[in-house]
Amino acid sequence: MTITEPALPVGTPTHRTTTAKAMVEAIALEMERDPGVVYLGEDVGKYGGIFSSTAGLLDRFGPARVIDTPISETAFIGLGIGAAVEGMRPVVELMFADFMGVCLDQIYNHMAKIHFESGGNVRVPMVLTMAAGGGYSDGAQHSQCLWGTFAHLPGMKVVVPSSPADAKGLMAAAIRDDNPVVYVFHKGVMGLPWMTRSERTLDEVPDGEHVVPIGKANVVRSGSDVTVVTVSLSVHHAVDVAERLAEDGIEAEVLDLRSLVPLDRDAIIASVSKTHRLVVVDEDYLSFGLSGEVVATVAEHDPRLLAVPPQRVAVPDVPIPYARPLEQAVLPGPARIEAAIRTVMRG
Amino acid sequence: MTTSTPAPTPAAAASAPDDPTRLALYETMQLCRTFEEAVLREYHADKGPGFDIGRGLIPGEMHLAAGQEPVAAGVCAHLTAEDAVTATHRPHHLAIAHGVDMRRMAAEIFGRATGLGHGRGGHMHLFDPATHFSCSGIIAEGLPPALGQAFAFQRRGTDRVAVAVTGEGAANQGAFHESLNLAALWQLPVIFVVEDNDWAISVHRQASTAVPSNADRAAAYGMPGTRIEDNDVEAVWAAAGEAVARARGGGGPSLIEVHTVRMWGHFEGDAQGYRDDLGEAAARDPLHRYRTRLLERGVLDDVRVRHVTEECEGLVAEAIAYAKDSPLPEPVTATSFVFA
Repeated sequence: MTITEPALPVGTPTHRTTTAKAMVEAIALEMERDPGVVYLGEDVGKYGGIFSSTAGLLDRFGPARVIDTPISETAFIGLGIGAAVEGMRPVVELMFADFMGVCLDQIYNHMAKIHFESGGNVRVPMVLTMAAGGGYSDGAQHSQCLWGTFAHLPGMKVVVPSSPADAKGLMAAAIRDDNPVVYVFHKGVMGLPWMTRSERTLDEVPDGEHVVPIGKANVVRSGSDVTVVTVSLSVHHAVDVAERLAEDGIEAEVLDLRSLVPLDRDAIIASVSKTHRLVVVDEDYLSFGLSGEVVATVAEHDPRLLAVPPQRVAVPDVPIPYARPLEQAVLPGPARIEAAIRTVMRG
Repeated sequence: MTTSTPAPTPAAAASAPDDPTRLALYETMQLCRTFEEAVLREYHADKGPGFDIGRGLIPGEMHLAAGQEPVAAGVCAHLTAEDAVTATHRPHHLAIAHGVDMRRMAAEIFGRATGLGHGRGGHMHLFDPATHFSCSGIIAEGLPPALGQAFAFQRRGTDRVAVAVTGEGAANQGAFHESLNLAALWQLPVIFVVEDNDWAISVHRQASTAVPSNADRAAAYGMPGTRIEDNDVEAVWAAAGEAVARARGGGGPSLIEVHTVRMWGHFEGDAQGYRDDLGEAAARDPLHRYRTRLLERGVLDDVRVRHVTEECEGLVAEAIAYAKDSPLPEPVTATSFVFA
């Protein structure tokens, strides 16, 4: 079986575009719908976002709503929080996930906790977007995913789109959500012309309004022999590997989680109940993160679901190295994913 | 009072309060003090044979603001419930002066289900949407969200303002400087208020801060900065009146530093062995000083003093009783309110 399940209902009018442009489409539609939506961040105006997350928005909505900030992440993320508390719906961009270190207090002690500390009396409906991921030799401080760190800290949803359609639908859902949502876009899924990209970063996207509910995983490829649970760019790698292995008679099911918080544990259990073999692929660090959480989800539900021990393919607890052969060695690329699948199939 | 950057005085601002305003300032200060004295009593009532911070009707850290009432009374006199106030880990006086419901605030301090945060926040995390009041237990990190409130007020074309309060220790944090720059850059209607009580826990400001006045730092960001040297509530009131009028009129942010006094410990249980100025603290009591001054001026008399004291005691007793009579939250609800 090599059929990729259609992500959209048959007959949905679509157009072909990149993930970055699909993301911008959603932001623009929400800005049209709601005057309280503004986009704040570094180089989001004339530049259009270093990774094209806001291309064209300034021309359409003007500098009062698409706002270049000083390099003061603590101040402008906190400003987003206060504006959200007062009923606006700001989208605030942290240029790289790696920069969380300079502003984490606003994120985890304020954005994520105010609703709880107020006993539900104060809501913080903001979206914190950020670029993540490596693969292009940007070194240890500009290549991390870190979505597991955000997911570990309570009080924020964490969405990680992989495809153009999901980038649009999850952005619309994130802006409309009454909770803080961390929206992590991997640079490698954006379809940028200046970076190696999968052909799937250019794909069909529904015209007009498109909302993907947060917390619902997507079976990107059905299969009966092994479940590959993954997110973001690794989804593309996993599908590439699965299609190749189908020629050898191995049918891998690829489950795109789409969000870490909430985590669609039911979808993980449903798939592993069918295949009884599990590989988790995560470009974040190996230990104490998403890959362990997925394995624990299965183990806590029923360890007998697994016919063989699961395999985890992640960054082996090392900062991302600069030199290309070193970086490629630690990233969860196709070769490592294939080896992991073959291991669980042999078991 | 020294002004580091000359700024035009808005016509609406008066340099001295009239007698009814003086009386109101005194009443607010007295209410703040009476509340803190009651919390002090209740906090220590059942801490065990020694001092166990986690025991008693009020568990946890407790930062009380006795001595700092002039800041709260003088600034909040110019605000309405539509204006925002963001306070610090030492927030009670500001909450009271800004009109936060004292009963629900007391209930939160006692960790009760009826509290402002249904027992999730505690005394450093008081949130009241009715008065746009909030606080943060993290030094200087309450400032950025205040900018956002001011940003929303400005965007909607209102004349509402946000007051962002910190201590002098916070003025050495990056968040303080990022916030001043951004507020000035975007001309946000913010009033930064620095409570300089000399002590960042045990470190005196002379050992932490390179300049004698944090008001001077305002000049670096092109905003007016004023330092009030003597914890004088009327001087605070006058400076805050100017700053609030400036912000409401679209004139952007201002900074006011008040040299105030922390009469008690950083937190309860702090023996303050590091403190060489403790002997003078009682003499610097601003409530006592202001009462004496108003008695001398004839704004107050003994009957009125007694009446104000009794009224404050009644309000505080009612709030404390409300807290004590309220149920504790059910343990099964411990995981609620993480998400909306």
